[in-house]
Amino acid sequence: MSTTQSVHNLWTHAAAEPEKIPTPHIEYAQLSPTLIVLGAALVGILIEAFLPRRTRYTAQVLVAVVALASAFAAVLALGMDGYGTTKAQVAAMGAIAVDGPALFLQGTILLVGLVAVFTFAERRLDPTAHGNRVDSFAAQAASVPGGQGERDAVRAGFTTTEVFPIALFAIAGMLVFPAANDLLTLFIALEVFSLPLYILCALSRRNRLMSQEAAVKYFLLGAFSSAFLLFGIALLYGYAGAVDYSSIARVVSNADNATDPALAGTMGNDALLLIGGAMVLMGMLFKVGAVPFHMWTPDVYQGAPTPVTGFMAAATKVAAFGALLRLLYVVLPGLRWDWEPVMWGVAIVTMLGGAIVAITQTDIKRLLAYSSIAHAGFILAGVVATSEDGVSSVLFYLAAYSFVTLGAFAVVTLVRDAGGEATHLSKWAGLGRRSPLVAAVFAVFLLAFAGIPLTSGFTGKFAVFKAAAESGAGALVVVGVISSAIAAFFYIRVIVLMFFQEPKADGPTVAVPSPLTITAIGIGVAVTLVLGLAPQYFLELAGDAGVFVR
Amino acid sequence: MNPVNYLYLAALLFTIGAAGVLVRRNAIIVFMCVELMLNASNLALVTFSRLHGNLDGQIMAFFTMVVAAAEVVVGLAIIVTFFRSRHSASVDDASLMKL
Repeated sequence: MSTTQSVHNLWTHAAAEPEKIPTPHIEYAQLSPTLIVLGAALVGILIEAFLPRRTRYTAQVLVAVVALASAFAAVLALGMDGYGTTKAQVAAMGAIAVDGPALFLQGTILLVGLVAVFTFAERRLDPTAHGNRVDSFAAQAASVPGGQGERDAVRAGFTTTEVFPIALFAIAGMLVFPAANDLLTLFIALEVFSLPLYILCALSRRNRLMSQEAAVKYFLLGAFSSAFLLFGIALLYGYAGAVDYSSIARVVSNADNATDPALAGTMGNDALLLIGGAMVLMGMLFKVGAVPFHMWTPDVYQGAPTPVTGFMAAATKVAAFGALLRLLYVVLPGLRWDWEPVMWGVAIVTMLGGAIVAITQTDIKRLLAYSSIAHAGFILAGVVATSEDGVSSVLFYLAAYSFVTLGAFAVVTLVRDAGGEATHLSKWAGLGRRSPLVAAVFAVFLLAFAGIPLTSGFTGKFAVFKAAAESGAGALVVVGVISSAIAAFFYIRVIVLMFFQEPKADGPTVAVPSPLTITAIGIGVAVTLVLGLAPQYFLELAGDAGVFVR
Repeated sequence: MNPVNYLYLAALLFTIGAAGVLVRRNAIIVFMCVELMLNASNLALVTFSRLHGNLDGQIMAFFTMVVAAAEVVVGLAIIVTFFRSRHSASVDDASLMKL
């Protein structure tokens, strides 16, 4: 034995043989939807790097559409295979749940993403710039608005085709977020879908100052809220000594006191649980856009490019509510008596706050932003129900709401004047006289938002309020119906404005879109009407999907 | 030293960061305060890891560092474009959209 080794032994020998870390076992088939989307996003990056500029647009749109469609097919296949019900399981070493709510929400997010990609790819709305067709995104995001660099970029016909891979990354994060089964995966998924959205917000072609402002606000507040989420995660880890949902739930419900004798002395501090749980909830409610964490919503929705707003409003809400449901139903059911009053309060102020402030709005995008806050409140009423019906009603509501939102924002992109989109409400006066079809379609969406029967909004609201009432949250339902009535006022006001007022002489024109936007709006209308007229199949689907795996 | 003291330090740093986000006006400083909050969370995670005697917290701390780095990339890009178009990084100047 050499001297070096004997000296070395002084501090190495005493240590025990390190525990072997097993090779992770990954269920690739069950995770395929996420993997397909992530893979396509990476392909998109390579396309940006290697393909000549004029072919990029076609290639990117093709890759994005094919990826989202095949990921959706993968979700369908998993659902058919029974992973939503009997074969529900936790995959990837406990990191990701493959169960009914996860698959249902992933399917919704993928369809929403697909439709959103259609609106992203629209190139007929803006007038051609120097003979090049342009979309809603800045010619070159780095150039100063109004500067020489921007003029050069526009003249050269640059377009930001990076939006497609960026959107795919966001969608991949959203797919993981409602399926995350430990706090680490939850945090990473949150960041993976938030960071691309911050970038997308900053990329508007028109009103770039507003768009950049929206991005700064969204980024700073989003980072602030995710820091809260992370500290909450740290505290929950301190409480339970583990980060996976089922272990934390076991410690919360005190199912097996002292799972691990080594941890018995350090875990189970209720202060850590309460503060940590509250901070994690705060981070989630921020993403959902619930009052009092809603401050970013109107500004970001107004400033961001409208296709991005539609995507964000629909898909983020689906993903965030999925994660919120899983957190409350899987991790913290033992803490139900503590979080239920808080969520009651949040749901009530969200419903009322969103509906009341929306009345005073004069900008159509801000109006829809406040309406989305009110809708977050309605969905929270279903979350509070804490029953299987509550879960499935929330799932159904999210699917119904997201397509209405996408369609509504797609219509907003069509109404334009010289400065781009004419979002001020006064400019929408008499739209029904000029272009009855567009106004009628928008009216359908507004009626669905208001929850008028025969539209998906009614079915969703009915399901949510029924679940809430059955679980004893009658007061919440009363507040919900009152704020629905308040909300109906400003939706109807827009309809009256469109159909019963004289159009102004210098009013906006309705651009003739390409088949892409027509498809997007068409899907929105179709889903709205089908879920309103014949919701039974989809209600059953959501009902079957209402059980979380743990 | 009792490792719990590090938790107090983490809570203190987190509070300083949160207060900084709320009171400072320069977007860069606000962003630095957010980073301070993330690092406070890291300290808490590592301390809990030491207390519990398992590695989950330390692994999370690594992930947090990566996320913080990614956030810097995106955040600075956004703040720099904002600065270049307004010649100011003050968050008070971001007031084009009002109720």
